[in-house]
Amino acid sequence: MIWNETFECMTREEMHRCQSRRLVDVVERVYHNVPFYRKKMQEMGIGPEDIRGIEDLPKLPFTTKQDLRDNYPFGLFSAPTTEIVRLHASSGTTGKPIVVGYTRKDLATWSEVMARTLTCAGITRHDFLQVSYGYGLFTGGLGVHYGAEKVGCSVIPISGGNTRRQLQIMHDFGSTALACTPSYALYLAEAIRESGMPREEFKLRVGTFGAEPWTENMRREIEEKLRIKAIDIFGLSEVIGPGVSSECTCQNGLHVFEDHFVPEIIHPKTLEVVPEGEEGELVFTTVTKEGMPLLRYRTRDLSSLDYSPCRCGRTLVRMKKCTGRSDDMLIIRGVNLFPSQVESVLLEMKETSPHYLLIVDRVNNLDVLELQVEVEEGFFLDRISELQGLTRRIKHTLESALGISLTVKLVEPKTIARSEGKATRVIDKRKI
Amino acid sequence: MTTIRQLSIFLENKSGRLQEVLEALGNEKINITALTIADTSEYGILRLIVSDPENGYKLLKNRGFSVNLTDVLSLSVSHEAGSLAKVLKKFSEEKLSVEYMYAFSLGEKAVIVLRTDNRPKAFEIIERNNFTLISEDEIKNL
Repeated sequence: MIWNETFECMTREEMHRCQSRRLVDVVERVYHNVPFYRKKMQEMGIGPEDIRGIEDLPKLPFTTKQDLRDNYPFGLFSAPTTEIVRLHASSGTTGKPIVVGYTRKDLATWSEVMARTLTCAGITRHDFLQVSYGYGLFTGGLGVHYGAEKVGCSVIPISGGNTRRQLQIMHDFGSTALACTPSYALYLAEAIRESGMPREEFKLRVGTFGAEPWTENMRREIEEKLRIKAIDIFGLSEVIGPGVSSECTCQNGLHVFEDHFVPEIIHPKTLEVVPEGEEGELVFTTVTKEGMPLLRYRTRDLSSLDYSPCRCGRTLVRMKKCTGRSDDMLIIRGVNLFPSQVESVLLEMKETSPHYLLIVDRVNNLDVLELQVEVEEGFFLDRISELQGLTRRIKHTLESALGISLTVKLVEPKTIARSEGKATRVIDKRKI
Repeated sequence: MTTIRQLSIFLENKSGRLQEVLEALGNEKINITALTIADTSEYGILRLIVSDPENGYKLLKNRGFSVNLTDVLSLSVSHEAGSLAKVLKKFSEEKLSVEYMYAFSLGEKAVIVLRTDNRPKAFEIIERNNFTLISEDEIKNL
């Protein structure tokens, strides 16, 4: 099943024309409505008249996460706030979150691309869809929700957490489809096994999983343990939320809804567009958004693009499953974390040195984060209770600043390896 | 009223760390009078009374250890049953808490090293009850 054959199965030429028309419009829009883009384009010596089609895309300036922070909260909005009907924000961290505004049309677009996403996974109006992504400022829950309603699923907006209730509802309501993070899917699989409820009493058959990177191995594990088909979906709040791209049941790359989000792959250092098929950093231009359109937004996710048609009949370009990033951002239980955020918190505490190491692992299918931090030489305390108090204080300060739980381990001074160049701040044992 | 200086060293639970501290002190001919380790599952605090706390401190600091010089009290009691209990009874009667303590016996004497949460009050109790404080020189020459 294909939700919107017109757009999902057009020829490359048709897609080219569609993107060109929309790109011209969006450039016009941001040039006149967003001082940030006008200034950037003027500095580069280009105006809207220089953008005549999609082939002119590389002439446009990039947008980075930092640009979004610098223009916090609404500086990049391209519509007056009277037109903005919804706000979402990325995981609040030290500094400022990323804020995204949607007009009514943007919400319709979002529902459309999420309807395509769910249809890609084979989900229809006959399905009971349990939405176990968090509802709220995070785009996961509501994004899937609106798409599912558009498809006509019976939507169960249970949100994240409370695993026992998840199981009970999945069992009693007969949920046939599940939307959550892949790690939570595995966690639910374990919980079902431990509950002793026979798998035969569950009707679950398919899941759409995203918001964190996962491997083929993890997919196999989910499919075996939950006995369902596991579909990878991709999205980011800055672009729209979930619904940027999705695998179809062929599970061979994620179809990018490129009539809305035009992808490019660039070399993260030279910033040049790489030849087709080569790996590099994924960049999106949102050609239909009104609230906060972004030109050439650098996702920092590493991927590659395949323009060959898929067996499913879709002609939409496919991006390879993201497996890495071109910066040091970690995604832990769906929450974004930059090591520099940990550093700035530690720098404010006089008892610890800014030498630290973050160790990420996956235990029982859930991400766990450990911080090792050196005790400052001059600040060592003589009593165990003081050291334990210090540990608790570091843990508490970081947890409230980062929105993620972690364990803290004090280590001796000079035991965390120093290096000449870039220090190693992260050991990721998750093998993603 | 006199206190003695104790070396406190933060040690991770890793084999060989204690030996490194002891070897460093040994090489500089710094002698150890008393030693105790307070341990948790991840790290420990090594507490030492040594012949030359000043140099011991510098030496370990230069070696990159997290080390502190802490003032603690040392008392001498007779090495017989109940003598330590007698001292602590006076402390608890006055609601004085002992944060940590270790002790060893030497012939007819027993030596206590302790840290309390209120040193002036400890001195007061010690004086009133005629307990015997030990000075740094005295403990060195035991």
